[in-house]
Amino acid sequence: MKVAIVQFPGSNCDYDTLHVLRDVIKVDADLVWHADLNETYDAVILPGGFSYGDYWRSGLVASFSPAIGVIKDMAKDGKNVLGICNGFQVLVEAKILPGALLPNTSGTFICKWVTVRVENTNSALTRGMANGSVLRLPIAHAEGRYYLSEEDTKKLVENEQIVFRYSNIEGEITEESNPNGSILNIAGVMNPEGNIVGMMPHPERASERILSPWGTEHGLRLLKNFVRRG
Amino acid sequence: MNEYTVEVIVEYKPTASDPAGETIERDLMHKNGYSMVSNVRTGNYMRMKIKAKSPDEARNIAERLCNELRIFNPVAHKLTIRVGDQN
Repeated sequence: MKVAIVQFPGSNCDYDTLHVLRDVIKVDADLVWHADLNETYDAVILPGGFSYGDYWRSGLVASFSPAIGVIKDMAKDGKNVLGICNGFQVLVEAKILPGALLPNTSGTFICKWVTVRVENTNSALTRGMANGSVLRLPIAHAEGRYYLSEEDTKKLVENEQIVFRYSNIEGEITEESNPNGSILNIAGVMNPEGNIVGMMPHPERASERILSPWGTEHGLRLLKNFVRRG
Repeated sequence: MNEYTVEVIVEYKPTASDPAGETIERDLMHKNGYSMVSNVRTGNYMRMKIKAKSPDEARNIAERLCNELRIFNPVAHKLTIRVGDQN
């Protein structure tokens, strides 16, 4: 297993992700400049941060990178693809995942720990986990309000493509636990096959006990799943 | 070949809330004496020059580039294109 962590101009969670993969999970991983991505890798992560200044709309310019074609081919071969935060925005802008990520309803950048409920255990990140598990993960974004038309939202629900929803610690989906105004409290979605996942929370910032106020490492469970073969 | 000034406006669809517009209307306009204002919506504006044979061709080029290069996301945005006089 060798994982590519794709760097765009402005990526800044690339080294955090590399650290977790190499030093915590101990899996082979490389930082790869977006124009140099190739299909020799077994999985690919688009990390958080920014890309091309996020001018006009977060992830838009990056969604035209040559890396996108490579990622589409890798996904077709059944390889796992994960977009975290800005990486999720890039996947949505590239139409690899459905929807749009609009400015938070608060009108502000939000950086805090949230809780999300696992809605689907068929994704590359959540397989083997108990449905309804509640995870503590941090978010840090200004444009994280997941949006879809009513009709497309129905399809997303019917196809069981919702992976995470913001919830309270009891796992209840409430308005108070929705940090950014996402429809249905959606925090992460996947393609119908489950090998492409996009999420706004940062699992790489929740993968070591020392980084969590509760001593949790819920992000590690997700990333370990992601790099497991098969 | 002429050159036309083309303006592109991207707004949120009416079904998507616009927190910037709501805040500006409530906390800037209504609180400062402009209670007659309603339905404030913000968006993004871009102006460019396009070489084309006619205003229609300039509009077609602008429409094509807005679709192909996702200047708007049809999931969430409404697009307006205005073609001005040739320069």
